[in-house]
Amino acid sequence: MSFGFLIDTTLCVGCEACMVACDERNKLSEEDESYELSVNNYTVVKNKTISDQDIYYRQMCMHCEDPTCVSVCPVAAFEKTPEGPVIYHGDRCMGCRYCIMACPFDVPKFEWNKALPLVRKCDMCYDRIKAGGIPACAEACPTEATLFGDRDELIEIARQRIRDNKDQYYPYIYGLEEAGGTSVLIISSVSLAELGFKMKNFQAAFPKLTWEVMKEIPNVVTFGGVFLYGLWWIINRRIKLQEIPANGDEIPEKEEK
Amino acid sequence: MSAYSLVSRVRSELTFWKIVFFIIIALGLYSTYVRFFHGLGAATNLSDDFPWGLWIGFDVLCGVGLAAGGFTIAAVVYIFNIKRFKTIVRPAILTAFLGYLIVIIAILFDLGRPYRIWHPIIMWNPHSVMFEVGWCVMLYTTVLALEFSPVVFEKLRWSKPLKIIKNFLIPLVILGVLFSTLHQSSLGSLYLVVPEKLYPLWYSPLLPVLFFISAIAVGFAMVIFESYLSSRAFGKNLERPILSELARIVVFVLTLYLVLKLMDFARRDMWHYMFINRTETYFFWAEMLLGIIVPMIMLATPAVRRNQKALFSGVLLVIIGFVMNRLNVAITGMESYAAADYFPSWMEISVTMMVVALGFAAFRMAVKHLPIFEREKPAAIPFTKPVKVKFMTESDKTEKILN
Repeated sequence: MSFGFLIDTTLCVGCEACMVACDERNKLSEEDESYELSVNNYTVVKNKTISDQDIYYRQMCMHCEDPTCVSVCPVAAFEKTPEGPVIYHGDRCMGCRYCIMACPFDVPKFEWNKALPLVRKCDMCYDRIKAGGIPACAEACPTEATLFGDRDELIEIARQRIRDNKDQYYPYIYGLEEAGGTSVLIISSVSLAELGFKMKNFQAAFPKLTWEVMKEIPNVVTFGGVFLYGLWWIINRRIKLQEIPANGDEIPEKEEK
Repeated sequence: MSAYSLVSRVRSELTFWKIVFFIIIALGLYSTYVRFFHGLGAATNLSDDFPWGLWIGFDVLCGVGLAAGGFTIAAVVYIFNIKRFKTIVRPAILTAFLGYLIVIIAILFDLGRPYRIWHPIIMWNPHSVMFEVGWCVMLYTTVLALEFSPVVFEKLRWSKPLKIIKNFLIPLVILGVLFSTLHQSSLGSLYLVVPEKLYPLWYSPLLPVLFFISAIAVGFAMVIFESYLSSRAFGKNLERPILSELARIVVFVLTLYLVLKLMDFARRDMWHYMFINRTETYFFWAEMLLGIIVPMIMLATPAVRRNQKALFSGVLLVIIGFVMNRLNVAITGMESYAAADYFPSWMEISVTMMVVALGFAAFRMAVKHLPIFEREKPAAIPFTKPVKVKFMTESDKTEKILN
């Protein structure tokens, strides 16, 4: 079973209980008062007014189905667990920051001011899920704007809500296809593009882009190796043959010493 | 000019460069201290918005590319068996070897936890381009060390290991070409995963191919460049016909690159990006005109190839164009997405300068103490005067000089 979140911005009142619960659970410093993701903010509640409508929406790790961070990490420090969360193994990380570069949602953050830094991001409270619980933010949410559950069931709930309140929702479930699908799904009264979420040319999973090239490596090595060796052999042979003076019909057999 | 003033001039020039060298090292060491004791944030202008900067863009991307002469010349001499290039194979391999050492040092600066640099050896992720680059750099540096080892063995007069290594030379060179092909292109593949972040003038599905081809061009250009510099610094003779021939190869490879780049633009219909009034466009045109088209025309002209200084400026443009390309991919092309206005801090620059300066110093030391350049022939062929070399044997030349 793969878990996920359904975030419904029409239900969110912007109380920030999820942010507080997240800080507590992850023992994050509260000194970062900005509303941007950072090493001290694994999730933030943002606010935007669109045609006189106050919309509160969350930003957090989307826990992609085919995560870019998992694919790019040279030491496999990221892992997509069967339960859904994308988790990070700090003991493997060398701090190359390719995950930060590559993440299509700009989620992983780096401890720039530590001598021995690590990457930080939301792990969907993996330990709590393993113990049968639910993530801290979903537990803290008073309005069920953040709903935790089985991803397939959440998709059904989202469809139901959109179907039942056609005038209230923009008919689109964000996260079904984005970046190859994410465990976090978002529905809203407006198109998520208006809230700054990426949508255009954003439906395919990113790891495919590099894998298309990476999978050719064995071919390059075998073909290239044989080709180069053959080339050397032919050229070398011809040079050797040229060195032998042609004398009649004798076949030049050069002996190797 | 009297002998005295000449000597004093040489001496003052020497001390000037020594002072510059020590200032660079001192600043670099201070930055090293800040970086390792106070973190990357204190030493660099990097941030979560702009996680890769000068150290990746210049030290790694350019360092690896500029060292490409090692595998191309080795392939020309040992696989294609074109023996007349043999005189430049040692300096080319030395440059490559030092280049890769520089890259590895730079990576140690850039990694958040450099003491874990060995992790990819046992923690595998074959899907990761970075994993592959790491392995290739590791293996290729080993190959380069082995390819370079005969020089050291010769110096030490160890004939046995010398014999062993010479038996493995061809497989070694082939491995070197394979590893280089893989990671030179993979440095471009690193950016395949960020199609919405890298500016369209530089993002292309062909990035790995473009990176590979441009590395070959600049590899040859670097060999010409350093032959020229070495001839001035160490009083060695320039192998003019060989360098001219190399310059023609550079023209060919650059043409290939340009055609591919244009085909890529045509295929994805990106022409309009070339004419938008914004910073990226200017950087792009500067890169294409100064780094590709102008040197292509220059080096294609026989008169330019015959003239030592003109040849030098031609390949210098190729190198500058290459560096611009890599910095454009790594920095210019990422600025508008990041909206972070990244420019390297003085500490980042000083570390880069220190590492490069150490590379130069190491090159000088190696040339001084190891048999890198062919031993001076009694008949030195001056650069400008054409001499019919091919009709003379070694003894003829000596005779001529003696007469």
